Amino acid sequence: MSDSAKGIPRDPRRRKALQDMTRLGGGAAVAATMLTAFGVSSRARPAQALRPPGALPERDFLAACVRCGLCVRDCPYDTLRLSDWADGPAVGTPFFVARNVPCEMCDNIPCVKACPTGALDHALTDIAKAKMGVAVITSRETCLNLQGLRCDVCYRVCPAIDKAITLELSHNARTTKHAIFEPVVHAEYCTGCGKCEKSCVLTDAAIKVLPIEIAALKQDEHYKRGWEEKKKAGGALVDAPLKLPVRRPEAGGFP
Amino acid sequence: MTVNARPYLEARAQKGLWASSKFMVLRRISQVAFLALFLSGPLFGIWIAKGTLASSMTLGVLPLTDPFIVLQSLAARHWPEALSATGAAIVLVGYLVFGGRTYCSWVCPVNPVTDLAAWLRRRLGITFTAKIRPELRLYFVGAVLAASMLSGSVAWELINPVTALHRALVFGVWFGAGGAVAIFLFDLLVAKHGWCGHLCPVGAFYGQIGRVALLRVTADNRAACNDCMDCFAVCPEPQVISPALKGERTGAGPVITAGDCTVCGACIDVCSKQVFHLGLRSRNAAHPLPSTTAPAPAARVISSQPAVLERDLS
Repeated sequence: MSDSAKGIPRDPRRRKALQDMTRLGGGAAVAATMLTAFGVSSRARPAQALRPPGALPERDFLAACVRCGLCVRDCPYDTLRLSDWADGPAVGTPFFVARNVPCEMCDNIPCVKACPTGALDHALTDIAKAKMGVAVITSRETCLNLQGLRCDVCYRVCPAIDKAITLELSHNARTTKHAIFEPVVHAEYCTGCGKCEKSCVLTDAAIKVLPIEIAALKQDEHYKRGWEEKKKAGGALVDAPLKLPVRRPEAGGFP
Repeated sequence: MTVNARPYLEARAQKGLWASSKFMVLRRISQVAFLALFLSGPLFGIWIAKGTLASSMTLGVLPLTDPFIVLQSLAARHWPEALSATGAAIVLVGYLVFGGRTYCSWVCPVNPVTDLAAWLRRRLGITFTAKIRPELRLYFVGAVLAASMLSGSVAWELINPVTALHRALVFGVWFGAGGAVAIFLFDLLVAKHGWCGHLCPVGAFYGQIGRVALLRVTADNRAACNDCMDCFAVCPEPQVISPALKGERTGAGPVITAGDCTVCGACIDVCSKQVFHLGLRSRNAAHPLPSTTAPAPAARVISSQPAVLERDLS
């Protein structure tokens, strides 16, 4: 410790310590900023990369998944993989590409049971309630059934046949004498397993499983369905319309 | 500063090959064994440990989870399931007993990489080193937790080269090993002990456990020190040695109490005078029996030492 010319005691170590703290703190702040930006950008993942059953919504999933790979190890069909740098999803997180290996929807859901952190929600005990994504006919122009042919493969392989995918009949206006058997996905029952996408006979699948965030499936809060609200309320929500007198020249009506 | 390029030669000549490389060999065995636990399943179908160092399940009964990762997850506002919370608690207690950064020197797959870089550095006579404060890694711990909170993700795991290397080895996601290559080049060409000793927040976190951990290295025979400086040449955290080794003049005990010490045992191997041993933190009386009868010449040597030490550590 030494006194300066003005008589103020100054400790050179104090100045050094403050300098160090500023420097190191600055470095850490830069690191934190870059890491935060990277963390936020890692939420984006390619549409074909699907999460295992029970996965929390992507943002919560990234807060919970520790990249241990236990779900991958317990997947009996080698469907799940851990993401490498070039794969797209956040590094080290589990995913599958339905077109390569779809989910076989095991009854006991071993991947969810293996997850130590709850990134795969342990509340999921019925695989039929899984929402890994939702199938969408992405190419009406090439789907064979929509051209009036009978392919039906996606419908046949669907584990929830006649519920998640149904064939809807309509008139084939091109031939005028045949029917079109349109495969229609019912999101309520679709687990996003990807069997349909895997087995689509076209070179580029006409039906694809999309992550829920992309396929939406969420009605805006402000759209109320009158018929549902009526059911909930147990009756009409507004008073019955006024009974107005019939104003016609003749009571008997038109001939 | 001149560094002995081959610091182990003297110890080998005086103590023999085994006694001068015992801890290095045991550490390599430990590192390979920890890897083998994870690899026996995918390679031979014998499942012992599943998962990675981030979180694992051994023989279906023992969950282990990296507490630093759980901490990041908490910062990202995810409350972990009981399984990973239990696993983290087991790991925490384990390292409270077995030395904190023993993770770094006995388990971490990056350690052989940085050890190789340090060894090559000595043999090639590379003395250039960028000056980075060892405390920077502690600030990085804060930065990682802040980034986890702000981005809502387990932030460090997005780039952590430690778990990335382990994943590369165990799961075959090979790009992950790129970080380890970068660390090797950084340690060899840019900064001495640059990664483990200055930057890695994982090691810094375990270092905080090491500040109170039971198992330590002790310079209990410090009276026999002949100031050859070989321990400083091989120690990955040389700043931790002198408070204990030269503690007699400050009244400090012989136990290396600093959390930064990785309990790697390199100082025990390299010392031809058998100054260092493994010991418990509790055995840290300032004047153990041998030093009270230390001969005068040793004391004289110690008093002439500070100038050399400070230069070496700056």
